Amino acid sequence: MHNVYIYILAAALVTYLIRALPLVLWRKEITSPFVKSFLYYVPYACLAAMTFPAMITATESIISGLVGFLVAAFLAFRKKSLVVVALWACVAVFIVERALTMM
Amino acid sequence: MITNEQEYRAGVRDGIPIALGYFAVSFTFGMMAVTGGLKIFQAVLTSVTNVTSAGQFAALTIIFGDGSYLEVILTTLIINLRYSLMSFAVSQKIDDKGHSIHRYLVAFGMTDEIFGISINHRDRINPFYNYGAMSVAIPGWCLGTLLGAVLGNVLPAMVISALSVAIYGMFMAIIIPPAEKNKALYVVILVSMLLSAAFTYLPLLKQLTGGFVIIIITVGVAAVAAVIQPVPDPEQEDS
Repeated sequence: MHNVYIYILAAALVTYLIRALPLVLWRKEITSPFVKSFLYYVPYACLAAMTFPAMITATESIISGLVGFLVAAFLAFRKKSLVVVALWACVAVFIVERALTMM
Repeated sequence: MITNEQEYRAGVRDGIPIALGYFAVSFTFGMMAVTGGLKIFQAVLTSVTNVTSAGQFAALTIIFGDGSYLEVILTTLIINLRYSLMSFAVSQKIDDKGHSIHRYLVAFGMTDEIFGISINHRDRINPFYNYGAMSVAIPGWCLGTLLGAVLGNVLPAMVISALSVAIYGMFMAIIIPPAEKNKALYVVILVSMLLSAAFTYLPLLKQLTGGFVIIIITVGVAAVAAVIQPVPDPEQEDS
């Protein structure tokens, strides 16, 4: 049996180094238009890939997850705030799952 | 002139919805950790020291499977490698006021969401904006873990299921609105989502682990987008 604390601290140390090294070691301003554009697109590609299809499989049924996804997409298009989008996605999932169990 | 205090307050304000989203996600984490056999203290310690959703969930799976320490290290490395891309981007925009300590501190709170709001806030990133967001988001993350660990089995499964989409709703609220100004972002978002689905469901492709998939898609899509549609830079119009 392994020691749980070593697992936790090993994960923490690796995570911190990943976050800190680029910030601490790389201070020069990048002038390459390619690298600048690349870094500009990184968060969008990354968060989009993490959201779908994970969002529709996170719930008890794929149908409720899909409805939650569509509701969140619609509200985000309407430029609603982070918490409004997140909250209504939760509410939509809840309502659909209640409806599904009644059928 | 914008003071550090004003930036800190702005960070707190923008960090509140993040804290709420974290609360829901970390609640699930605390619940799963304790259900699987971790002590409440260990679940909270994980959240306090790691502050990362996907990485912590992956670590749980390895701990419960009694995997090796090396496995935890490699999995954490792969799943969280995207943070190095974010830190790299922030490194270009941070105003550390000549003190390296700001870089070490900002790094600790470099989550997907705090990165998302800080990179969009202003042209130069004032570390105090990040501190403001961190000072509400990280307690939200840890408190959610604690409550989930303590009363996870009290809540009905249906509520837990509904709460589990909160973090993804937040992600979408971060990435979709800026696409109105730059339509190329719509393409980037859509292609990334389709590729992610392909890696999840198609044979062969789905053998790759989640962390690898995110890195491959992020690097691939961002690189192709940077070639096809370079971002216009107002500072240097030499050519």
